[in-house]
Amino acid sequence: MGEFKVHRVRFFDYMPSGIRALAFNRDIERIAVARMDGSVEVFHCSDRFFQEKIIPGREQCGIEGLSWVGERLFSAGLNGGITEYDLTNQKVKYTVDAYGGPIWTIAGNQQGTHLAVGCEDGTVKLFEVNEDKIQFERNLDRQKSRIISLSWHPSGSKIAAGMMDMIQIFNVETGHSVHRLLADRGVGTSRSKECVVWSVVYLSDGTIISGDSVGMVKLWDDQTGTLIKSHNVTKCDVITSYLIVPLEWQNEDSLVAGTSEGTVVQFQFISMVLGKDDKEWVRTRTFKNHTHDIRAVAEITTAVVSGGMDAQLVVRPLLDKVEVRSAASALRKIHFPHRRLVSCARKSGLMLFQYPGHLELWRLGESEGKGSSLFVKRNPEKLLHLKVKGEDHIRCSAVSPCGEWIVYSTASSLRLYRLHCDNNNVSITKISKLPMVLSSANQLCFSSDSSHLFSASTQSSVHLVSLSQSGCKFVGTLKPKSGSHQAIHLLAASEDGKWLASANSDHEVHIYNLQTRKAHCTVPVYSSAVTAMGIHPTTNCLFMMYADQQMCEYSIEQKQYTDWSRMVQRKGLHRFWMERDTPCLNVMFNPQHPSHVILHDTYMLCIIDQSLPLPDDKTQFYNQLTLKSLPEEQRKSHSHAFKVCKTFKDILCVELMSDQSLVVVERPLEDVASQLPAPIKQKKFAT
Amino acid sequence: MATLYEGYTLCGVGPVQNSSNIGILGVEQGRDIDYVLVTDSSRSITVYKVSDQKPTGSWSVKQGQIISCPAVFNTQSQEYVVVTDDRVVRVWKEDDVNLEKAFKATVSADVLRVLSATDSEPVVLFCCGAVRFLDSLLASPQQPIEDVLTEDEIIRGEHCLYVQRFNPNTLVKHRIETEPGLSAPISFSATCRGSNIHLLYLYLNGSVYESVLPFRSSSTGAEGVQALSCSLCLSLPLGEEKLMSGAAVVLDEAHVAVIGFPHPSAGACKDYLCIWNTHFQTLQASKEMAGRIYSQLWCYSGKLYVPHGKMLSVIPFDCQKSSLAAAMGKLKQTSRSGKDFSSDIYEMLTCKNRKTCQNTFCLIFKPLQMDCSLVEDVQAEVGEFIRRAPQADLQLAAGRVALELVSRSQTDANFYPQCAFLQLLETRYLCYSVCPELLSLAMVKKDFHLCQIAFQIFSDIPEAVTCACLKAILSTPDLEMETVNLDTDSVIFMKELTQAHSRSDEEGGQLNGFCPPALESDVSDTPSNKLQRDPLSLDMSCPVGLHKGALLNEVLQTAYSDRSLLPHLKDLTVPQVIVFLQYLRFLYFKYSHDAHKQIRALRTPSISQIIDWVCLLLDAHFTVLAVAPEAKRLVFDLHKFVRSQVKLYAELGKIEGSLQVLKNSKQSEDFGMYAIQVIELF
Repeated sequence: MGEFKVHRVRFFDYMPSGIRALAFNRDIERIAVARMDGSVEVFHCSDRFFQEKIIPGREQCGIEGLSWVGERLFSAGLNGGITEYDLTNQKVKYTVDAYGGPIWTIAGNQQGTHLAVGCEDGTVKLFEVNEDKIQFERNLDRQKSRIISLSWHPSGSKIAAGMMDMIQIFNVETGHSVHRLLADRGVGTSRSKECVVWSVVYLSDGTIISGDSVGMVKLWDDQTGTLIKSHNVTKCDVITSYLIVPLEWQNEDSLVAGTSEGTVVQFQFISMVLGKDDKEWVRTRTFKNHTHDIRAVAEITTAVVSGGMDAQLVVRPLLDKVEVRSAASALRKIHFPHRRLVSCARKSGLMLFQYPGHLELWRLGESEGKGSSLFVKRNPEKLLHLKVKGEDHIRCSAVSPCGEWIVYSTASSLRLYRLHCDNNNVSITKISKLPMVLSSANQLCFSSDSSHLFSASTQSSVHLVSLSQSGCKFVGTLKPKSGSHQAIHLLAASEDGKWLASANSDHEVHIYNLQTRKAHCTVPVYSSAVTAMGIHPTTNCLFMMYADQQMCEYSIEQKQYTDWSRMVQRKGLHRFWMERDTPCLNVMFNPQHPSHVILHDTYMLCIIDQSLPLPDDKTQFYNQLTLKSLPEEQRKSHSHAFKVCKTFKDILCVELMSDQSLVVVERPLEDVASQLPAPIKQKKFAT
Repeated sequence: MATLYEGYTLCGVGPVQNSSNIGILGVEQGRDIDYVLVTDSSRSITVYKVSDQKPTGSWSVKQGQIISCPAVFNTQSQEYVVVTDDRVVRVWKEDDVNLEKAFKATVSADVLRVLSATDSEPVVLFCCGAVRFLDSLLASPQQPIEDVLTEDEIIRGEHCLYVQRFNPNTLVKHRIETEPGLSAPISFSATCRGSNIHLLYLYLNGSVYESVLPFRSSSTGAEGVQALSCSLCLSLPLGEEKLMSGAAVVLDEAHVAVIGFPHPSAGACKDYLCIWNTHFQTLQASKEMAGRIYSQLWCYSGKLYVPHGKMLSVIPFDCQKSSLAAAMGKLKQTSRSGKDFSSDIYEMLTCKNRKTCQNTFCLIFKPLQMDCSLVEDVQAEVGEFIRRAPQADLQLAAGRVALELVSRSQTDANFYPQCAFLQLLETRYLCYSVCPELLSLAMVKKDFHLCQIAFQIFSDIPEAVTCACLKAILSTPDLEMETVNLDTDSVIFMKELTQAHSRSDEEGGQLNGFCPPALESDVSDTPSNKLQRDPLSLDMSCPVGLHKGALLNEVLQTAYSDRSLLPHLKDLTVPQVIVFLQYLRFLYFKYSHDAHKQIRALRTPSISQIIDWVCLLLDAHFTVLAVAPEAKRLVFDLHKFVRSQVKLYAELGKIEGSLQVLKNSKQSEDFGMYAIQVIELF
């Protein structure tokens, strides 16, 4: 089959940001995730948790709460503002200041009419949700301490608010406090410390469930204001200021609580005696999938989703609710974004690393000698460290194949640089006077000859800009025929400069003819999102990978799926291929072997040889080791189209350079873990 | 390799008086192995303690009397016996001071020699050839002595050997048949090994001949002269000088000590004592003897007594077991720290040997003398002997006893002491080479129990014998076999093995958790073909009876080398081969169902032994099996499981790489932040 020289790169210090809040929207099956760096991501729960949308964060924007109101997503944070997001164009729509100091919590009522926020100054502020904006309505009775958590009664008439040492129940109509429930402080040394009610849940039967910093989950009766029951969830006897018990409920018969030790505890409302109706809240299950404190939990239809300081989103299926066990219902840990953070200049051996607040440009090293591990003659060197102007984080970036152009875009601005590499002197010049249309981009891409820049813009349009020594010139805008205005998250240009493909969050793939600058065709819409695509350099077929691990090859010229693609659909893919739980993030082609398609996900690198037979479910799928041990002449009979290399782990990016070498950028999870803050210390044995 | 150790002088040899130029009449064993009785040709008899080189007693006859034969020690009565003046037999005890006062008896004919055998009454050989026991002779000294020899014969005369036996008194005359033109032998040596008497003659031309004479001659009543064949076993080199005399004595079955013949590399000087290996005709050790050689040589308990010059020297020797390597001097000598030490050890060893010999021979001679002794008596006696004999002695003695019993059983069809053989086998001191006839005797007698025990104990059964036994087992009908009493452990194993089959059948053909390996490609590839049962479960009945199976298991467990076994396997008939193969297939299938693992048995054939035998049988009879119609099914079955094995190993081969990686995965590859590697995709 072949040998590849591989540059294994591990110096991309990408640090995923910790998860601060989760919000699940059952109607559209999306879960929104807010991270510590202020970014908000939307995952599609029924499409293998594909990260559909990423709204980059800003400096100094600590999001404390997320809330869906209908299909609108709001967040509130310690900067005191309430933000609504434009999910279509994946950016902040507006921010309204609540004028109550830092906001600790935000909650929308089930009716979708009001938002309540809990502020540092002790007020609960109600906002009316209008068609296009939110409007401050009034304050509820001001309390002496900050409002940490809020929960609407499903009827919308009452609100429970968690505070320091107590829970207040407000009548929304009057704005007065109905009940005051006192939460006990811990025993012993923790007696002097306040009990923070981090989370409350108001059930329709009047039960209020609270999670507090003492590590208790308590059940209250809102009529009498009495404690019904309390569960000690964490055994943590070291009281830290960060003992958080976030709560989330789904069907009023199940509730999950996360702890600072990284465990998720499930409570279920079940009858103690079979067949009888007197139900009780019983602690049923405990999951431990996190190393650090859990800052947010969400119970979705079939799973518990949790996230915390260790920056991984864990989807733990509840097997009693899963009807068919499949790859889609397996335990899933999402560590890395489903977007590419690395772009490579294929012809000049450069790599551009995208960090939230800066870019790094590196030149690959050189090797000599032979063997499986080559001597590094020249170490890789960092050519450039480019800091972002302004507070916004980088949304997308690209380096041109020739390595001369660097472009990045934030939510508010787009910057294009020209790079001058003169032996060891590297200098860049910012291209000023950019065309007006290049104010911001959802996705950026250079043509293969580096003569054009494609910038995905609002309303699924792509702006075409020609680049030259003198500067850049707007050429035209490519607009899809369909009416979808969803943001484009993938762009792929053909090698011959004739075709451009774009994929948006509505799963639409549009193909444009760059010569006529007209829309050429649209690939039939598939139910799953496109995670990676590429245009074959010789056949001009568009190869697409979907979030559900399906693959399609679409002939641009014939406007139809290729025979190979139809054969794949007819025969089906191997079980092991379908069971992978990370999406393919790049599609590459090897000009020397036109039948080869190179793919990668987080855990493997795969070369699909389209000339070889497809494996069926009885075939050994991961057969590289077998083939290695077989003599040459027998290999042919045992090989199949999928050549999977599992040598690499935690892959962020794979790119095939023009000298046939592969660049594999890995980010070992151990390295990530080592840079996380220390988890809560737990006593082990009697030390 | 034989060794002659540093000798020492026992005594001086008195001045030669008589014309025969012999200073010493004889050296005989004393009351103990450390004592010798030296009779010199003057008038004295002296007892020496050899290790001290000191005389402990001396007697002499009066002036004018002549000691006419060497004095001997009668071990039965603890008395010394000597004959003076040809006819006067004198018997005295250790503490008698004066020989004149000792018991005297005058017999009616001239006595040539008094011969003493250990633990038996001395015999008196008359010049006329008659033989009497000493006690019977002394009871009536004047009894008439018949003439055995014809008038013109004297003992040591011509090339004839007279063998006389007591009880019944028989006399067989043998004519020694050597090459014509040889004069009479100059020296004899006779030893009793096994059931035979080995005679060694030394001729003046340097030839050493050996004759083997059975104790029990078949032609008991035959009169006349029988020819005694003899074989040349050694040709000694001759010097230019013409030899007049010499002596040879047998040391053990492979070694002979010779004096009076020249050393092959030391020129014509004949004053050498040499030890020769008769098997390989090699000189093993030599020692130059100072002074005149008298062509006299005695050997008692590991020491050679050589009169030379004016002294009688004692030379200890050591003959190691003769192997080619030892004969060629290639065998590593065990290092010995010092001579004194080694001779001490040597003394101890010979001492033990001596005792054993006493026990053994006493035991063997008795049945020989009592021809009508019953099998039961022999068995009781063997049992007693095994019980009483010390362990170290038993090792040597057991073999000899077995040899004796076997040889007697071979000649006497009614004599078959099975219990005695079993007892001897159970000492575990026997092996095939010690007593080669035992196994074939058992086969002839159809004693399969003995065979089984022998197979279990013997580790050196030749392949030909193994095959013969296999053939005998296979050709014996099962019905007859079932009556044989066999080792219970092996029978239980067979029983369990065959029952495991029926039990698993009751449970629906499969043991709990057992998953039959996918044997055939066509079965595994098409699930619709599932009706075809696991081929291993087909035909699982044992093709042979339990007892036959148990015996065959023993054969399977014997040691063999396939190259030597293969030609003998060809002797099996086709039905035998088929039955055996069927049994092997049965075993293999049982084993592949792990049936044997549930059975607790001491000795079970291993799966590799089974496979090896299958291969050997197929190799030996392949062409026949290929054409025999009744073997077709069998060969096809075997072919199937070979195919399944090949498939299994092919699959194992495939995951070899994975296993390697598992092995190597421990070594973490830490290459830091950056590396350039080469990966290969297949």
